[in-house]
Amino acid sequence: MTDQLPLLRVEGVMKEFGLRRTASERVARSAAEAHRAVDDVSFALRRGEILGLAGESGSGKTTLARCIVRLIEPDAGVIELDGVDVRAASGPELRELRRRMQMVFQDPYASLNPRMTVATALLEVGRVHRRPGAENGEQFVRDALERVHLGPGIATRRPRELSGGQRQRVAIARALAAGPEVLIADEPVSALDVSVQAQLLNLFGDLRDELGVAILFVAHQLAVIAEIADRVAVMNRGRLVEVGETAAVFGNPQDEYTKALLAAHPHIRLSRVAS
Amino acid sequence: MTALLRIEGLRVEFGDGDAPLVAVDGAGLSVAPGEVVGLIGESGSGKSLTCRSVMRLVPRPGRIAAGEIEFDGRDVLAMSAQELRDFRAHDAGMIYQDPFSSLNPVYRIRDQIAETLRVNLGVGKADARAQAVELLDGVGIRDPERRALSYPHELSGGMRQRVMIALATASRPRLLLADEPTTALDVTTQAQILALLLRLRAERAMAVLLVSHDFGVIAQVCDRVVVMYAGHVVETGPLAALYTNAQHPYTRALLESVPELESAGRRTRRPGIAGVPPELTEVLPGCVFKPRCRHAQPGCEAISMALEPVSEGHETACPVRPFAGTGSAPTARAGAQR
Repeated sequence: MTDQLPLLRVEGVMKEFGLRRTASERVARSAAEAHRAVDDVSFALRRGEILGLAGESGSGKTTLARCIVRLIEPDAGVIELDGVDVRAASGPELRELRRRMQMVFQDPYASLNPRMTVATALLEVGRVHRRPGAENGEQFVRDALERVHLGPGIATRRPRELSGGQRQRVAIARALAAGPEVLIADEPVSALDVSVQAQLLNLFGDLRDELGVAILFVAHQLAVIAEIADRVAVMNRGRLVEVGETAAVFGNPQDEYTKALLAAHPHIRLSRVAS
Repeated sequence: MTALLRIEGLRVEFGDGDAPLVAVDGAGLSVAPGEVVGLIGESGSGKSLTCRSVMRLVPRPGRIAAGEIEFDGRDVLAMSAQELRDFRAHDAGMIYQDPFSSLNPVYRIRDQIAETLRVNLGVGKADARAQAVELLDGVGIRDPERRALSYPHELSGGMRQRVMIALATASRPRLLLADEPTTALDVTTQAQILALLLRLRAERAMAVLLVSHDFGVIAQVCDRVVVMYAGHVVETGPLAALYTNAQHPYTRALLESVPELESAGRRTRRPGIAGVPPELTEVLPGCVFKPRCRHAQPGCEAISMALEPVSEGHETACPVRPFAGTGSAPTARAGAQR
């Protein structure tokens, strides 16, 4: 398995934002100080694996995730999906790449159109990407919902009529309706209660095992990554500081930052922080 | 042991009086002097409302419809406006999840703290400013003279929460109400803030009521835990008893849902809790957890939700006791791994 070509290859990706820190700098429109949000990041996502991307807020994990699908244009580097250059693509070619790499966001309430019913939202994806079966609306919607373990009864509802967990399932169903090979999930369970989170994590595991979808799973909760990811990449200040098998990285971290992050993680085991 | 804070039969309602929506229904808990009590539950469980009720800060149109809240023997619900002001100024402090929206963005940190000191403690202007810097130092803010001159937006989330703690504890209250104080923070910052709370507790014998949805946070700092679900307290007990020998099916299911670092590399499947919590408009007879409970039995729709003792200080609202006699050690965590 190790010598197979990676499905998604990211190499030397870089993204800088101009940052005017103080009010006077903003007023004077002085030359912005470059802030390197993503700094020379390289990794590979293999077929059918879940790669956890960990890091604290501001570490650049969301920027990196968005660069991969070009919701943010990276400044430098190579992004290849199955050998196709993502950065060079445009028009129909880019649309096809984005079909193959779908995103799931943290807040399903913000990422679903409040005026669309679940069925409309799912069908729109099928139509836009000309998915097989989309012409038979009802069946297409039913299949899409079944993939995320939702009953067909919810097809006529709007996002506000759904619970947080149901909404996130619908957002995942919408991503899957495009028939992607890669899911880029940006903090997909962070807004959910633990009892619901556990079920969503099971669902992500099923998608990997049953559909063979590769998932880049961005999360700040290390324990979530520990339980869902096959491999983990740890980000700090825009750089990847450590990448490896989840058990190896968490069991025997090499980087100082990874060690500090793991040490600060609140254990459910009875242990007190030093006071 | 006399309690510093005692809540009994608390009922918080929304909507009109004839058909009210009951968000907190008969909740009770107590906090002893110097004790750290964790109040845990998922969103909508009523934990924040219970915490806010202590300060009589239930947001409108919500109202405290019934119950008793006693602080050091004084009836909080019967306090006049002036007494309530004194109570909030001297006896209890409160911090919130989002320290940014709790601080005034157009005032320097020093001036916000100084204002609190002048209004609440009658300190003079120059003294108040000097004390503000000392307070910042006391909550572990480095270079407090310079930071005192900052505006809230110039501080990191962790520093803002330190400022809030400095404000809330400026008059050395005997009780700190902390409503999800670390939820918006990164884990490394969270650990620092929790350590700060424990240090203040140790130095001042200050009691803390810590509201959280995170068992990891609760495990690190609390002496006792109160578990809420759908407006009811379903279980309460010493931390160790709850974690190793939970008797309410909800507490167990919740504990079993929490992911652990130790599972790294093993494909883990946790059952979670099927279904969703009841809406406020749904009034369920008997046990509110019955529709989602794996151990539900005929008769559960007729129970009272009253807490019954399990052992010293450990009480549960589940009379079925599906876990009785299953031993104490790893029960709450067993069966999570596939």
